[in-house]
Amino acid sequence: MSQFVYLSFDGLSRGAVYAAFALALVLIWRAARIVNFAQGAMAVAAVYAAYSVTAATGSYWLGFVVAIVAGLVLGVTVERVVMRFVDHSSPLNGVVVALGLVLVIQGVLGIVYGNEFRPVPTPFSRDAFEVGGVALLSRYDVFVFAAVGAVVLALTLLFTRTNVGLRMRAAAFAPDVSRLLGVPVGGMLTLGWALAAAAGSLAGILVIPTELGLHPTAMDGVFVAAFTAAVVGGLDSPIGAVAGGLVVGLLLSYVSGYLGATVAPMAVLLLLVVVLLGRPGGLFSTTTARTA
Amino acid sequence: MTRPSVRESRDAASDVPRGERPRSLRRLAPPAMILAGALVIVGLSFLLPPFRNYQLATVGAYFCVTGGLTVLTGLNGQLSLGHGALMATGAYTFALAQNRWLSLPVSLVAAIVVTTVAGLVIGLAAARLRGPYLAGLTLAVAVVVPSVTSTFDEIFNSDQGLSVALDPPPGTIPVEQWQAWLCWAGALLSTSLLAVLVRGRFGRDLRAVRDDETAARLAGVDVARTQVAAFVVSAACAGLSGALFAVLAQSVSPGAFPLTLSLFLLMAIVIGGLGSLAGALGGAFLLVALPTLAQAVAEGTGSPRLEGNLALVIFGVVLVVVMLAAPGGLASIRFRRRRTS
Amino acid sequence: MRRTATAFLAAAVLLTAACDGDTGSSGAATPGVTGTEVVVGTHMPLTGPAAAGYSKIAPATKAYFDFVNAGGGIHGRKISYTVKDDGYNPANTQQVVRELVLQDKVFAILGGLGTPTHTGVLDFLKTNRVPDLFVASGSRSWNQPDKYPGTFGFNPDYTVEGKVLGTYVKENHAGKKVCFLGQDDDFGRDSLAGITKILGPVAAEESYVTSNPNVGPQMGALKAAGCEVVLLATVPGFTALAIGTAAKIAFKPQFVVSNVGADPTTVGKALGAAAPLLEGVVAANYLPLTTDEASPWIQLFKKVNTEYNGNAEFDNNIVYGMAVAYLFVQALQAAGQDLTRDGIVAAVQKNGFQGPGLVPLRFSATDHAGYGGTQLTRIEGGKAVFFGSAYQTDDGDAPVAPYQGQAVAPPSNGIPQA
Repeated sequence: MSQFVYLSFDGLSRGAVYAAFALALVLIWRAARIVNFAQGAMAVAAVYAAYSVTAATGSYWLGFVVAIVAGLVLGVTVERVVMRFVDHSSPLNGVVVALGLVLVIQGVLGIVYGNEFRPVPTPFSRDAFEVGGVALLSRYDVFVFAAVGAVVLALTLLFTRTNVGLRMRAAAFAPDVSRLLGVPVGGMLTLGWALAAAAGSLAGILVIPTELGLHPTAMDGVFVAAFTAAVVGGLDSPIGAVAGGLVVGLLLSYVSGYLGATVAPMAVLLLLVVVLLGRPGGLFSTTTARTA
Repeated sequence: MTRPSVRESRDAASDVPRGERPRSLRRLAPPAMILAGALVIVGLSFLLPPFRNYQLATVGAYFCVTGGLTVLTGLNGQLSLGHGALMATGAYTFALAQNRWLSLPVSLVAAIVVTTVAGLVIGLAAARLRGPYLAGLTLAVAVVVPSVTSTFDEIFNSDQGLSVALDPPPGTIPVEQWQAWLCWAGALLSTSLLAVLVRGRFGRDLRAVRDDETAARLAGVDVARTQVAAFVVSAACAGLSGALFAVLAQSVSPGAFPLTLSLFLLMAIVIGGLGSLAGALGGAFLLVALPTLAQAVAEGTGSPRLEGNLALVIFGVVLVVVMLAAPGGLASIRFRRRRTS
Repeated sequence: MRRTATAFLAAAVLLTAACDGDTGSSGAATPGVTGTEVVVGTHMPLTGPAAAGYSKIAPATKAYFDFVNAGGGIHGRKISYTVKDDGYNPANTQQVVRELVLQDKVFAILGGLGTPTHTGVLDFLKTNRVPDLFVASGSRSWNQPDKYPGTFGFNPDYTVEGKVLGTYVKENHAGKKVCFLGQDDDFGRDSLAGITKILGPVAAEESYVTSNPNVGPQMGALKAAGCEVVLLATVPGFTALAIGTAAKIAFKPQFVVSNVGADPTTVGKALGAAAPLLEGVVAANYLPLTTDEASPWIQLFKKVNTEYNGNAEFDNNIVYGMAVAYLFVQALQAAGQDLTRDGIVAAVQKNGFQGPGLVPLRFSATDHAGYGGTQLTRIEGGKAVFFGSAYQTDDGDAPVAPYQGQAVAPPSNGIPQA
């Protein structure tokens, strides 16, 4: 029983990170009909920026802010310099360009920082509170939940309560009509990329300290889990992404705990196959066909 | 933004009757190609020093998989990031068969058969998926390799992998020369078969499905079956390639089939020119030449961090630039290639 | 069709052009040896996830060679060390080792790193009669003199180390519940084999793979099993993960760690603010400790590190790299002026080397394993310190016996003499 409780909290904590990352994927998918396969590499780059700042100043929080800002800047850069010029007549093109960016970013990070794992500090203790001998969750887990929750809340408010959010949705769903109505469609697209990359960076800076440390390929595994989360929730549904993230986090934790850690990637693949073939629209989407 | 695709589909439409034209060539070409290719390779293998022969063999092994991937992605429009995993399937099957029976032909056939079956399974799923969904699913397949080898570690020996028992080459043939012959025999045979396939009705169906599924269906093409067949064919090639890599490395382990390998394969066929087997050969050559070149440059500068990483950057930049410089992306690369050939 | 032919030709021309450079380097009877130079090479992960820490070894080895070269080299020959990156990928290892042997014509491979990577090139090196010295891994595969007469280990093998760690637990934690977490390969398995030779079966055993950096479930299971002593056969990153994760779930057993994953500098950095968790952790080492300023070996290696290695951060990897270099120089001295491949293999088999190691090397005509034992350390105040005596044993049924030999100091100029 205590094992189950521990695994549940551990899974939710990881799931929250997957949720933030899946949310980033969904944002770009809704805005540009691209699954950003470079999201993981971009997030790692932002965390390296944070790492440099924290190493120079000694302040975790300054690094944290830099990671988010670096994410915004990277998102804008990638959209304006690269993705804007991709021909989207075939859905393959965006994927291939994003994969090219993965190689470039990982190579550059390796050249600049080397290929060692660099430990990243956490601002709060990772020792768990115990209730009746059962380890529940740590201060750091609470911080992860709070940070992801804040992002989800902020994005929800942005899209449902503000003018900018409305324009972004309009630009994504009916670009031509929006343009006629005076919505700066290109600008909205760039904003979407910036917000998504920032959310991805947040996920990165939250998850990397809990694993082996900072490394150019540190987010590869997270990407696969988060992509699965986004698909489980439906690529069009932000709420689905959050729910999907939590589901995948829990699944991974239970499978690792009861069947062995090595089985976990197979469980992710199985879940992905079952959802893609069984319920093509994802669990939270109204779309019926899986044609891009 | 819509113009290139219009032009492209018009070209594709005119391409269908054109495929019929060189009927005599179709009969003649593959044997001639094998013969010419074999002569060049045998000649080279005597001229080159042992290390270059080893590199030549590696190009051959890569050519098998890039040829198959070209048919799948270039001609049929299905993107696979899972071919590294399919190569691993072939390599492990080869290693297990070889360690048990020590018969090269048996092990090669086993590798191809098992990988073909794996390809069929993935292909059946893939036929129902498009674009990023397919890419994501195959990505999950690519990263599952270490998980499988660790979970069933009594068979696959986890991260450490298996060593491969190999007989020494017949007679007094140097090992590297023997490897070059083996790999290129596999490469020439498999790509000639591919060439025969894509020149016929199968090739027309592949392109028709890629260009417009609805139109293809109206024209009586079984879309799903064509897509699955494309996957199966390219998986068989990947299985052979994986087995040849097991011969070259004399060992198999998950580390030899990382996600980067799948990305490199994709890069090779995109840069080589999607949809053309000559492009697949060019891509296979680049896969060996570019890292060697990058390594030489890195050693010249004396910075250990450049080694390995420089190759990644070059691959990535080339991939992005090619995709952006060709205004229609993949489609226009395809378009230009077909025009000139 | 014409394109195919063109591509063929282009490839052929490029390949031939590329090979122009490497035709004229032979001449001497022994590859890689001239009157003024001896060329050796190695394969190391400089990139990729496994590069962490290990990428510091080869520069340290090179630095010591530069130090020797500045003193005139050995038998008038300067040592040139070619390092190739294999990214810990066995396919790349094949490629770079062939490049070293066939193209760069190295005299020997020195300190090739990794079990899965190096296993694949054993046959190739044997066929080409290339001495394969001091492989950087504790696998027992290097000790097969009948099958691979030119291959020699360096590290105490994992079973030897496991037996010593097991002995420590038996003598100091008798009656406690002992458990094990290990890497899912020869490292973990050989280590566990050594431990169970001394202790019998452990109460619970768990494993991990490097591709999955979440050890929460394993540590949870060990906690649930009520383990009081946990032996770790882990690489540094996973030592940190295991100890950090255990603290996270309020699980505080006595940790006993393999030398592979016990460098306090590396593990402490990975733990960050949680580094104090390392206090009291028991590990083993067979080379002098980096923090032992009084050791003449550490003084020598620090001096070389400052002068020839750009003053890199001084950790176990640096000591390791220089110890390998020192042993190779000893072997060169022993092989004499007339350097041949058979000559150096014979010299290594003759053994009798006295160097920085705390116990003797096992080398003989019938034994190609490296160091034959190790000494226990405990982390106190953030530094590892030795306690007890060094132990010697083998990977079979030999008893674990204290080693009483005297430590030696390096020669005053820091370069071993013939």
